[in-house]
Amino acid sequence: MQPSSDVLITLDGLSSLVDALRGRGYQVVGPKLRDGAILYDELESADDLPSGYTEIHAPGSYRVERRDDEARFGFAVGPHSWKQFLLPPRIRLWRARLNGGAPEVEEEPPPEKPFAFFGVRSCDLAAIGIQDRVLTGGRYVDHDYAARREGIFVVVVDCAEPGRLCFCDSMGTGPSAESGFDLALTELMNGEHRFLVRIGSERGAEVMAEVPHEAAGSPDQDAREALVDNARASMGRTLDTEGLKEDILQNLEHPRWDEVADRCLSCGNCTLVCPTCFCVGVEDTADLTGEVVERDRVWNSCFSLDHSYVAGGSVRQSGRSRYRQWMTHKLATWHDQFGTSGCVGCGRCIAWCPVGIDITEEAAAVRVREGAGDENA
Amino acid sequence: MKTLDQVVLDSPLFAGLCEGCPEQLAGCSKTIGFEAGETLFREGEPADVFYILRKGRVALELYVPGRGAMTIETIEAGDVVGWSWLFPPHTWHFDARAVAPVRAIVVNGACLRTKCEADPLLGYELMTRFSAVLLERLNATRLRLADLYGGGRGG
Amino acid sequence: MAVEPLQLSPGPMVPVPYTVRSRGRETADTWTIELEPLAGQPIDPEPGQFAMLTAYGVGEVPISLSGRGAGGSLIHTIRDVGAVTAELCRIPRGGTIGVRGPFGTTWPLEEALGGDVVVLAGGLGLAPLRPAVEGVLAQLDAYGRAYLLYGARTPGDLLYPQQLEDWRTEGLDVRLTVDAGTRSWLDRVGFVSALLDDVTLDEPAVALVCGPEVMMRVTVGALLQRGVPAERIYVSLERSMSCGIGHCGHCQLGTLLICRDGPVFTWDEVGGLLTVREL
Repeated sequence: MQPSSDVLITLDGLSSLVDALRGRGYQVVGPKLRDGAILYDELESADDLPSGYTEIHAPGSYRVERRDDEARFGFAVGPHSWKQFLLPPRIRLWRARLNGGAPEVEEEPPPEKPFAFFGVRSCDLAAIGIQDRVLTGGRYVDHDYAARREGIFVVVVDCAEPGRLCFCDSMGTGPSAESGFDLALTELMNGEHRFLVRIGSERGAEVMAEVPHEAAGSPDQDAREALVDNARASMGRTLDTEGLKEDILQNLEHPRWDEVADRCLSCGNCTLVCPTCFCVGVEDTADLTGEVVERDRVWNSCFSLDHSYVAGGSVRQSGRSRYRQWMTHKLATWHDQFGTSGCVGCGRCIAWCPVGIDITEEAAAVRVREGAGDENA
Repeated sequence: MKTLDQVVLDSPLFAGLCEGCPEQLAGCSKTIGFEAGETLFREGEPADVFYILRKGRVALELYVPGRGAMTIETIEAGDVVGWSWLFPPHTWHFDARAVAPVRAIVVNGACLRTKCEADPLLGYELMTRFSAVLLERLNATRLRLADLYGGGRGG
Repeated sequence: MAVEPLQLSPGPMVPVPYTVRSRGRETADTWTIELEPLAGQPIDPEPGQFAMLTAYGVGEVPISLSGRGAGGSLIHTIRDVGAVTAELCRIPRGGTIGVRGPFGTTWPLEEALGGDVVVLAGGLGLAPLRPAVEGVLAQLDAYGRAYLLYGARTPGDLLYPQQLEDWRTEGLDVRLTVDAGTRSWLDRVGFVSALLDDVTLDEPAVALVCGPEVMMRVTVGALLQRGVPAERIYVSLERSMSCGIGHCGHCQLGTLLICRDGPVFTWDEVGGLLTVREL
């Protein structure tokens, strides 16, 4: 951390920052109040931010409420994550004209305007890193994801008030991001409403050159640290990750799976809102003449019966096996497949589960070993 | 030229049979041969023998109207053909036909049953061995019943 | 300053068009097709690998390699079990099929060199094993005893009947069995693992097994009883696949991604996973 590179901007500076990014040809996307939730959508200016709103999270519940101040970022995470833009719910992969046997295939180009992600929480930043490993860190690189990812400008924002379901601290993904961003904002409202800006890249520095700012002093940095410490101490949930993978994999027939299966609706909401869930499928279609065919890539969920379909039937027929697949993948086998946990502790799955299943509770329960004769009990 | 009791011991099924027992078995047996295509027995006929195959292959067949004769199992050299002699009503459940030229020992069921009643050790040893074969055949049959090849690879 | 978008050549999800050079019916519901590219060289799959085959406008499925033809053409045996495979089996000579690949791990023919090798196939499982059999036959002297033990439902369901004969002539010990036979069937009737009973195997032996999962489990049990160690028994597994490149999440079996870590595995890698129901 180089103290000399931290700067301060005002609310006007915040507006200038958004304008500067738009001026450089970025499609700026960030939090916006819409449809009764704080979603990620295009920001035409800093005025689009959900000023003075906060979110109340609880298992199976999410509400947006008015704050008694005008904080621009006084909330945590809503149903959207940045995979809306990096791994969109539906994209066309390619289109082909069959030409009576000599097909001409046109791969779909990535969006023309690169994105600027404005207001990325540290958990979500970690989630982007996790999806990077899955989709670009192996033998094959997902073209569309890599193209979208390549150009993006990342503006992180610190969480002063974690949501009541957050456990980024347990997962080592927050509450503060230390790298992987172009700029990081901390909203300071003790005194003048201002933002501490940590510059994380050359590109970030170039953009800040266009935005009116002044040097940050140690009182501002101290204020930031106090906010981060406070956030760390106010997590809504915890998850003990020590030996978690081994415990889960040794308890694949634990009775808790039956118990959660009684509650789980297999609706797949958790997979929709989870920032790391990446399962996709393809859909091939033809036009009425059969001459022009397309392949789309669409979000899939391991909660669907289709997901494990082989000729003869689906391997995971019961809801129990599908919940187990999701949780074991997220917290255990992800480590072996991709080298990290799949969970960033954002708490979205708990809020958006219609029956409020809490992954931290399930993980703790399934580790408790049953029965005698277990050496490690 | 081997004696019958030596031939009995040759069969993997009777290896290590109790002292004096091969002779008892041999006392109820004689050698027999079938040409390829010849019938050993038919469904419904009295079942009072069993065969220890030394050479060749026997097909157990079920006649299904509309489908003809279905081979539901083949028995190879070293194995035993015929179990219906063990329990009443002592009638064959299937047809048996030599698929390739067969050389076998045919054992008279009534004779052997009498000997087993007189000598429980002989009876026990035979029952133990026959049960093992029956279990193996039963499990193999159950696997075929599962009709596993019905589902396919390749999507 | 505007940011430049990334320039990339066709990605791994774009199929290359191939023409059906020939096709033939194997059984009532199974066809073998031969594919050659419209332009350029064919991909070069090794025994055990698979390609994603696209029926344009219908869909795409993973199909194991079943052989190579003249000029390196790809040979695939496909069973009609759904909309996509039905279409792939229907496309006539001269028609177009998209190909992506090759993907996956291979049958370890080099591991088996110098020792006995037993190939155990059930039903359609002979299709992914045929390139391995051909590989063994190409240097039969380099192996000890070489067996093909093959079982199918009925005599009419046996794949490649002419080749089975040819292989016998070339020196492979081929033993066949069916679940139920007809009068004209003079060979064995019984479950395929019973074929192991009469086979001599010395250490070090390697077994290559492919067929329905239950058949593989039972057969591997018999192999283990015969003393073939789990790390020298190879199986080929199948799971739902949408991409073949480790990105779609469908082909997971516990920690493994079948498309990337398989489909060929040693039994000690997967044996435990296959006993967990609905994993």
